[in-house]
Amino acid sequence: MTNASRPLPLPTRITQPFWEAAAQGQLLIQRCRTCSRRQFYPRAMCVGCLSEDLRWEESSGQGSIYTYTINHRAANEYMKALLPYAVGIIELDEKVRMMGRIIASDLSAIRIGARVKVSFEQASPEIALPCFDLL
Amino acid sequence: MNHKPSGSAAERPAIVGAAESDLGRVPDATAVELQAQAARGALLDAGLTLRDVDGVFAHTDDRFSSLLLSEYLGIRPRYTDTTNVGGMSNLSHIRHAAAAIEAGMCEVALITYGSTQLSDGARKLTGLVEDPRSPRGQFIVPHGHLSPIGYYAMVAQRHMHCYGTRAEDLAEIAVAARKWAGLNPKAYKREPLTIGDVLASPMIADPLRLRDCCLVTDGGGALVMTRASRAGVWPKPPIFVEGAAETFSHHYTPLDVPDWLDTGVRTAADAALRQAGLAREDIDVVQIYDHFTIGVLQALEELGFCARGEGKDFVQDGRLAPGGAFPINTSGGGLSYGHPGMFGMLLVIEAVRQLRGECGPRQLPRHRHALCHAPGLVFSSNITLILGR
Repeated sequence: MTNASRPLPLPTRITQPFWEAAAQGQLLIQRCRTCSRRQFYPRAMCVGCLSEDLRWEESSGQGSIYTYTINHRAANEYMKALLPYAVGIIELDEKVRMMGRIIASDLSAIRIGARVKVSFEQASPEIALPCFDLL
Repeated sequence: MNHKPSGSAAERPAIVGAAESDLGRVPDATAVELQAQAARGALLDAGLTLRDVDGVFAHTDDRFSSLLLSEYLGIRPRYTDTTNVGGMSNLSHIRHAAAAIEAGMCEVALITYGSTQLSDGARKLTGLVEDPRSPRGQFIVPHGHLSPIGYYAMVAQRHMHCYGTRAEDLAEIAVAARKWAGLNPKAYKREPLTIGDVLASPMIADPLRLRDCCLVTDGGGALVMTRASRAGVWPKPPIFVEGAAETFSHHYTPLDVPDWLDTGVRTAADAALRQAGLAREDIDVVQIYDHFTIGVLQALEELGFCARGEGKDFVQDGRLAPGGAFPINTSGGGLSYGHPGMFGMLLVIEAVRQLRGECGPRQLPRHRHALCHAPGLVFSSNITLILGR
């Protein structure tokens, strides 16, 4: 199956640094210089205090599974070859949540609360998607 | 039978007409044709005509649905609303229409919905194509997440983890819906369904299986609202909007929802009941949007009909089914009666019919006050409506 059938992110001016770092194996989170609040996904301003003075902070990439599902039906043609696959909501140790596939040799070992660490899947020459390895 | 409004209540906005379009598989119709058919039925039900309508509240997949419906029916409204906040949208329209009538912005509101989702095959479980620059397009879709079912599977997973809820418990909800559908000649799926059948249906997004999911059908419906005092007598009892409250939080990227089992339902329910001056014990008819079995369990808990974590015990032994102690979704619901993309309209039509006492073999013995609850998208929005005679 070619990548043509795989929906991939199209970065915007605001999210470009996140995706550039991901391609280098780094997971970046926005943090407000004014009120210190972290936020994910990246936005044009801090939604805590409206400040536009945001910096990028590298995440430890470690966190735990808030919840997950194991897909037995693919969301698109590309994903069919990967069935069954797990998708989780990960709470990073920095206390922001993101979605990613959970990579485990045995999907039945996945549990809510289990520890995970980020890894990156090179999905196209430009885009590396954050995934989470079950520890 | 003639129903005469009296006293100050008569000045309040009420639902005076309700009708479905053809439901199920309607391969030779379009969404606007189904809306128009339902609008005709609802106006005849109310004893009103198209010429009486001066407010149009419409919702389909078309971007300008209130204008399309107005053109199609030759209505020249002075107020329209096409609010789209997911499956609950028509319930929002009821709240908005009540406010518009009270504010004098319109006198007779026509509220419609129609979809040919089944015949189109346009929206399968995988959902519509998303802009790859949107938050969802960048941070959700690339991971192969099924939506909406994947999100509700994640809610079910948490409920099972936190409270020991089992697939069998969720199946009780699907079985109860099917029993109600057996009493409704308009229901799309009427053949008997057992817990075993639900558990044997294909797994889609673990822990949710095919029979944990609502149907995909064609269909539509319409409601007519005006002040009960507009007519000296009505052919059917006017159904008053006694309370309505909403909460909203996100689109399709609920990363900032701290607790996926506390999603704003309680706030809406408490506010709507307060407006109505009613307690939960006063409610006779309960209609909960059943997109997925877990959604019903979650709503029963968040609405406060049982404690958090106790939903699995609450739904046991056919409690929600015909003859049960807590009958809900008496049409058969989205799980068995029909789900044309958005179920809010059909949810309310059943509540209106129950309150009027029109439901024949599935009629509830007490039917003075109804609570309708519906979410939109993926626990993104919530509305509780209290309706009463």
